[in-house]
Amino acid sequence: MSLKLLFSTCILVTVVVASAAPSLAEGGSVTVVSFGGSYGESIKQAFLAPFQRESSIKTNMVDYNGGLGELSAQVETGNVTWDVVDLEMQDLVRACDDGLLETLTKLRLPDAADGTDPKADFVEGTLQDCGVGNIIWSTVIAFNDDMFPGDKPSKMADFFDLERFPGKRGLMKKPQAVLEWALIADGVDAKDVYDVLATPDGVERALSKLDTIRDHVVWWDAHAQAPQLLADKEVAMTMAANGRIYTAAAVGGKPFTTIWDRQIWAPEFWAIPKGAHNIDAAKKFIAFAARPEQMAVQASNIAYGPARKSAAELADDKMRPYLPTEKSNFATAIHNDVEFWADHGDSINERFVVWLSK
Amino acid sequence: MTEAVLAADDHALLKTQLSSALRRQKLSAFLLVAPLLIFVTATFIYPIAGMLERSTYSPEFALEMPRTAAALAPWDGTDVPGDEVFEALALDFKDSKTRQATGRLANLVNVELPGARGLIMKIGRGVDRLQPPYREALVALDNDWSKPEIWQALYGLSKAYTSRFYIAALDLKINRQGEITTQPEDKRIFLPLFLRTFWIGALVTLCCLLFGFPVAYWLSVLPMRYANLLMILVLLPFWTSLLVRTTAWIVLLQNQGVINSLLVWTGAISDSNRLSLIFNSVGTIIAMTHILLPFMILPLYSVMKTVPFSYMRAARSLGANQYTAFIRVYLPQTKPGVAAGCLLVFILSLGYYITPALVGGESGTLISNMIAYQVQKSLNWGLAAALSSLLLVGVLLLYWAYNRLAKVDGFKLG
Repeated sequence: MSLKLLFSTCILVTVVVASAAPSLAEGGSVTVVSFGGSYGESIKQAFLAPFQRESSIKTNMVDYNGGLGELSAQVETGNVTWDVVDLEMQDLVRACDDGLLETLTKLRLPDAADGTDPKADFVEGTLQDCGVGNIIWSTVIAFNDDMFPGDKPSKMADFFDLERFPGKRGLMKKPQAVLEWALIADGVDAKDVYDVLATPDGVERALSKLDTIRDHVVWWDAHAQAPQLLADKEVAMTMAANGRIYTAAAVGGKPFTTIWDRQIWAPEFWAIPKGAHNIDAAKKFIAFAARPEQMAVQASNIAYGPARKSAAELADDKMRPYLPTEKSNFATAIHNDVEFWADHGDSINERFVVWLSK
Repeated sequence: MTEAVLAADDHALLKTQLSSALRRQKLSAFLLVAPLLIFVTATFIYPIAGMLERSTYSPEFALEMPRTAAALAPWDGTDVPGDEVFEALALDFKDSKTRQATGRLANLVNVELPGARGLIMKIGRGVDRLQPPYREALVALDNDWSKPEIWQALYGLSKAYTSRFYIAALDLKINRQGEITTQPEDKRIFLPLFLRTFWIGALVTLCCLLFGFPVAYWLSVLPMRYANLLMILVLLPFWTSLLVRTTAWIVLLQNQGVINSLLVWTGAISDSNRLSLIFNSVGTIIAMTHILLPFMILPLYSVMKTVPFSYMRAARSLGANQYTAFIRVYLPQTKPGVAAGCLLVFILSLGYYITPALVGGESGTLISNMIAYQVQKSLNWGLAAALSSLLLVGVLLLYWAYNRLAKVDGFKLG
């Protein structure tokens, strides 16, 4: 009796889950995987649609949430359905080491309009063995103007100053960026921050700085939550990806202000999974997406800096003040040390999780 | 008319005919079940077997570095090994096949010894310049090679069959003497998470039972046309996307949300003392209870439908009051439904992932979120498999204990 119940409910659930499974990609096309949202839209507009028009190769877009789990599973089982994937730098380094990606060193990339070699035109560090840079984004602090009627925060350190700027703080539930900020706010010199963080004492120091605001922190999990929490006034200030704040403020009309002080920037990359089915089309797509004029189209739609210097010059003037790479925004920027996080990320995260659940 | 008497021959014939008929019946029954059997094997048994294998079998290091693995085998695990191990390591790295895998090896070692990735990458880059004697050459490259930690990490990796994932998953570690000890308190992650997962699962189950029982009872006694209408109200959320329901709870429960605003408006709480109902374990329990409620109501309802109402009337007419009749007569008959519902809800809540990730904050995340982290971000699939296996074993143990208890009580589940 009850077993039958158990069984029929299980079958019902299975059917529901199975019907939600994605359909397979068609042949002769290229499947581009990225993070969706307003960022995904800008990619569609600047790269996918014009590429399809020009080459008559069909383009599909698939969203994912970052990380290497799916990519690794596809390559390991030999069932690769992705052709081009948008990777954060730490994932790119890791995936390239692990042999999950095709090497792109021989890929011919277009010159800049004035004939500058791509190697010189790409921002330093945005051409890697397995990846071609597309954008530069940064982790910033943003606040809701309505929550600070008097004094407005202007520095990263204000995030830790609950007396002058009371209110809840939003932080992503991971140690990256927040520990760097905590150390700098605690008086560590910005250029030493990763040396300090490499020692257990340094991690403890960062965590004890975080202890001072801990009771006022709302922890979130996906980047889309940051502008939402800010708009709902659940938090007064939050860590966020700069483009999300721009979209909410400029397009959504929300009263958000970005604090560029101590922004932590990192590039994003296009890469091809090892054994991708449409590898030629994928390479064509990456070469197309590396054109400065296409990059400029994207940079005019979303506030992420293009990976090519010549593309930044082509971008819409109106967008300039919102790009992380703009000079005044970039003055105190910190380069996210991907090698450091590749070495120490897991162990620091373990400590961080224990700290969180205490 | 005389009745035909069966001869001995006919007996034998009948027997074979009967058994062949039974065989045919069995075969056709098996063929009917076969698609499901194949489906279950392919989608359930095989992945679980793969998971169990991955949690104990990790041959990557031994495959890439066969000489080192062989040379390390007789080592006692203390201090620094002999020159032959250094030589084996250097020769392995000089192998062109291994050199391509340097990055992969570096990540593998880094899991065991945080920060060791750089050490391995350094050999990868300088391997052509390595000359015997290798011990001195390696120590010259990086002094860490003269310390036992890196060798213990390599020793742990060199065995294809390993318990290291389970040791890590149980918050244990191997100390310098090669003994298994518990981690210091500030490094214990997984056991507290397991405990919290079971605790929240139990609370959600209890809440579901408390809310679901009256609803199911009501549904079962209402006339059919009203019951069907109400049933749709139960099923409608069941058919709605999990994400939609979870986000709806965020809207309701958050600090500036509907419930808090209503409470402030009525004056029940002051504006500065808004309740934190979300991004903590309270939010997780509320959202999960709502989402899992149909799994409690449906089995309860289908059992209650079969309980004849006349029993209650009989009990009343024999002198029991409403309360006694309910406790002594009605409740025992709904036990199979209660059992099935509780088991379903509890087991489902142990594996819950999206809801705690979205509304859990820091105190409401569960072991499944940690497993997802190990699969997606840190790519430590061995550890993820070990954690999942422990969760599976925990569920099976509970199920077993439950069945034992149920048997004493006179009914059985499955």
